[in-house]
Amino acid sequence: MSGTHVSTTINGDAVEYVCDVEETLLDVLRNRLGLTGAKEGCSTGDCGACSVTVDGRLTCSCLMLAVEAEGHEIGTIEGVANGSELHPIQQKILDHAALQCGVCTPGVVVAVKALLEKNPDPTETEVRYWLAGNLCRCTGYDKIIRAVMDAASEMRGS
Amino acid sequence: MTHSSDFNAEKASNLKVIGTRPARPDGVDKVTGRARFGADMNLPGQLVGRILRSPHPHAIIKSIDTSAAEALDGVKAVVTRDDFAENPDNHAVLCNVMAREKALYEGHTVAAVAASTATIARKALKLINVDYEPLPHVTDVDAAMQPDAPVLHDTIFTSGVDPVPTIPSNIVARCEFGHGDVEAGFAKADIIVERELKTAATHQGYIEPHACVASVSTDGMSELWCCTQGHFDDRKICAALLGIDVSRLRVTASEIGGGFGGKTTVFIEPVALALSRKAGRPVKIVMSREEVFKASGPTASTSMRVKIGVTNDGRMTACDGEFRLQGGAFEGSPFDSAAMTAFACYDLENVKSVAFDVVVNRPKGAAYRAPGAPMSVYGVESVVDEVALKIGMDPIEFRLKNAVRDGSQSSYGPKFGPNGLVETLEAAKAHPQYKTPLGPNQGRGIASGFWFNYGGETCSNLNINADGTVTLAVGTPDIGGSRASMCMMAAEELGIPYDSVRATVVDTGALGFNEGSYGSRVTYASGLAIINAAQQAITEMCKRASMMWDIPADAVTWEDGYAKPSGANAGEFEPMSLAEIAAIAANTGGPIAGHREHNADSAGISFGTHIVDTEVDPETGRVDVLRYTVIQDAGKAIHPDYVEGQFQGGAVQGIGWALNEEYIYGDDGKLQNAGFLDYRVPVASDLPMIDTVIVEVPNPGHPYGVRGVGETGIVPPLAAVANSVSAAAGVRLSELPMSPPRVLKAMDDAKQAAE
Ligand code: FES
Ligand code: FES
Repeated sequence: MSGTHVSTTINGDAVEYVCDVEETLLDVLRNRLGLTGAKEGCSTGDCGACSVTVDGRLTCSCLMLAVEAEGHEIGTIEGVANGSELHPIQQKILDHAALQCGVCTPGVVVAVKALLEKNPDPTETEVRYWLAGNLCRCTGYDKIIRAVMDAASEMRGS
Repeated sequence: MTHSSDFNAEKASNLKVIGTRPARPDGVDKVTGRARFGADMNLPGQLVGRILRSPHPHAIIKSIDTSAAEALDGVKAVVTRDDFAENPDNHAVLCNVMAREKALYEGHTVAAVAASTATIARKALKLINVDYEPLPHVTDVDAAMQPDAPVLHDTIFTSGVDPVPTIPSNIVARCEFGHGDVEAGFAKADIIVERELKTAATHQGYIEPHACVASVSTDGMSELWCCTQGHFDDRKICAALLGIDVSRLRVTASEIGGGFGGKTTVFIEPVALALSRKAGRPVKIVMSREEVFKASGPTASTSMRVKIGVTNDGRMTACDGEFRLQGGAFEGSPFDSAAMTAFACYDLENVKSVAFDVVVNRPKGAAYRAPGAPMSVYGVESVVDEVALKIGMDPIEFRLKNAVRDGSQSSYGPKFGPNGLVETLEAAKAHPQYKTPLGPNQGRGIASGFWFNYGGETCSNLNINADGTVTLAVGTPDIGGSRASMCMMAAEELGIPYDSVRATVVDTGALGFNEGSYGSRVTYASGLAIINAAQQAITEMCKRASMMWDIPADAVTWEDGYAKPSGANAGEFEPMSLAEIAAIAANTGGPIAGHREHNADSAGISFGTHIVDTEVDPETGRVDVLRYTVIQDAGKAIHPDYVEGQFQGGAVQGIGWALNEEYIYGDDGKLQNAGFLDYRVPVASDLPMIDTVIVEVPNPGHPYGVRGVGETGIVPPLAAVANSVSAAAGVRLSELPMSPPRVLKAMDDAKQAAE
C-alpha cells in the first residue's frame, strides 16, 4: 500500500506523517500520532467531539482528509493549555463542573477557544449557537454555557 | 466492627466537606484531552476488529461461508456463531452478541473479522458470504401483539397469564400490580378520563461509542479494556460466554464517555475476546455511530392506556393502566418497572397497573435512566393533568391532595418511608417560575415522577499511605464525578482535607465483585462502603495510637483527623494526626487500611417535580422550551454541582424524548435515522438554562441521608413537556415525540373538530 507523505504543523510543532488517502485527519491524529484528545463521536460532522482548528478555523477533523493538512497549521486540544497552565476556558469548565463524563469536553474547549478569539464578548445566545455543533449528552449544557460566559468575562479582564 | 447505615442527624448537621463543591480529581485530564476513554487504548501488535451485520430485520441464516475472507492477506481471524458454544444460562445475551439460527433485527451481528488494518478488515467483511432466508418482520409493539404477527421466537409462551398459552407469540410476559377494587373506585368518581398514548423508542445517545481492546494469551489469561458501566458484570458475562475462568479474565474500565444505562451490558466485548483468542493477538473493536444506533441497546417504545377517576373536589378514586413495551428482539423490556412506577406518586385506594413485555425485530434494548418509568409516568401524568384541568384545580394542588407521604401504601406493594414528594411539590408552588405570567401560544406544564433507586453488591478499599494521604479503590466506574464524591466522603469521615484523598476505579483483579454504575447506586452504595471502610481504618488508627500510648484501645477516640486519649483513665497525651500514625505504621503492625463489602439494601426512594414553559409556533408546530426547573429530593447532596448536573442532564434527555428523538423504521424494517443528523438530540441552541432546586429529605438508610439522584430526573420531563405543549397548543398531545408535524396536525384537527 502506498502512503502519502504529509508535512504539517501541529500545536506549533513541525510534524510529518505518512497516511493512506482515505484516512481522515482525526484517524491520523488518533491512530498514527497518538493525539487521542480529539474523540470520534460520529464521524459525520454532527457531534463536534473531534474539533480541531485548521489555520485558526474551527474544523471537524472527522470531515477532513489527513492529506489536506499539508502545509497548514493544526491546533488540537493537546495544545490548548500552556504547559501546565490551563487556558481560562479549561479552568472555568473545572470551576463550574461543566462536565460529567468529559468525552465532549476536548471538543468544547477547542470550539470555545476559537469562538473567544473571534468574539471576546459573546451573548448567551451566540454561545449557544456556536456550540450547537458540540453535542453534550450529560450536562444539558447549562453549566457549559455558564463556564463559557465566565471565561469570556475573565479573558476580557472584567 | 459494626457498620451502621442508619441516618445520623447529628453527624448530618455537622458536615464539613459534604455539601462543598471541590474540583474533581479527574478534571484536569478531562479538560486537557489526556483522559483515556474506551477507544484511546492500544496494545502492541493489536488487530482491527470489524463486525458484519445483518441487512435484514428478520431472516434465517442458512449458511455462512468465511473461506474467502480468511484467505485474504492480512486477515488473522474470522468468527461466527460456530465460535460460541450454546449457553443456556445466558441465551439472550449470547444470541444478541452473535446471531445463531436467525438474524432478528437489522444490524444483528452475524460474523466478525480481525485484520492488520481497517481497510483489510472492511474488505474481508465483503468477502463473507451469508445465505439468508428473509422472513416477515414486525417492529411496532401493537402490531407485534396481534395474533397474526410474525413470531420471532417459537419458544416464547406468555408467562404471567393463566392458563399459559399453548402457541408461541411475541408477548413474553404479563405482570400486574395494585390493590383495591378499581371498578368500585371508578363508580365513586365524578369524572373519568381515559386515554391511549404512545412513546417512541429513544437511544441513550452517549457521545462515546462502545469500544474495547481484548487480549487473550495462549495460556488463556485474558485482558479486556473497555468503556463500561460495570466491568465486574462484563467479566462475569464474557467469561461465561467464552468459557474462561473468571479468575483468568481481568477487565479494566476506561474513562467512560456517557452510559445512562446503555453500557451496562456487552455487545462487542465477547466478540473481541473470541477474535483475539483465535488470532493470538490483541484485537480492538470500536463501534461507529451507525452501529451504536442499530446494534446497541436503545430503550423501549410503548403504547398504553391510562384511566383515572376523580371526585369533583380532587380526590383520585381509581387508577387503571395498561402498558405495552417492546424491548427489541429478546425478552427483557422494563415492563415491570413501568407498571410499578406508573402511579407511584399517588396515595390510592384502588389501583391496577398491568404491563406486557413484547419482542419485535429491533435491537435488544438496554437500560436507559429509570428504565420504563419515563414512559408510564408520561401516560399517567398526562391524564392527571387532564383531570385536574377538567375539575378546575391547580395541577400542583391536585398532586398535593393525592401525593404519597411517609407511611403511604405504594401502588406496587411496599409501604413508603419518609420521602420528599410533597416537599418537591411545595417547592414547585413557591418557585418564581410558577408565578410568572405566560404570553400567547405559551403553556406551562407540571409533572412529578418516581424512581426506586438501588443499592446492591459493592466492595471498596481505603488505604492510608505513609505520607498521610489516602487512596481509595472503587469498583464502580465513574460516570459523572463519583470519584470526587468518594474522596469527599472519605475526607469527611477521616477529618482530613479533600485534596489528601484520591480515588481510583480499579480493575477486576483488585477488588471483590461490584455491580455496575446503575440504579443511581454509586454515591449511595459505593459511598457507604467508603464511609464504612474509613470507619474501620479509624478504629485501626485508634488502636495504633493506643499502642504508642500504652493505653486501652477503647480509651482513644477520633476527632477531626486526630486520635485523642479520652475518658478518665486515658492519661495525658498529645493527639496524633492521621499522618503521624501513618508515618510509623510499620512499627505498630504494618499498613493501615479499611475495607467494606456489602449488599447495600437501604437505598432511599426518590421523587421529583418539574416545571416547564414552552411556546408553540402556530404556523409550523415547532416547540421552544422557554424555561425549565427541576426540583428533586436528593436526601443529602454530597457534591451539589454534580447533583444539579444529574438533574439537568436527565431533564434535557427527557426534553429530547418529548420533542425530537425517535427511532424511525421504514416498512422494510430498517432504521431510517441511524445518525446524529436525523436522530436529533437536544443541542445548546435548543435550550434555556435548566434551573434546579435540591430538596433534602434524608434517607433513613444512610448516615448522611443520601438518596440516589441519577435517574429520577428523566422521569417527569416527558409528561411535563407534554402538559406544557398541550396547554400552549390548546389540544392534548398523546404521542411522543411532539415533532412539529405532529403538533401542527393536532392543532389542525382540533380546529376542524371545532368548526
Ligand atoms: S466525530 Fe467529528 S463531528 Fe462527530
Ligand atoms: S460531559 Fe458527557 S457528553 Fe458532555
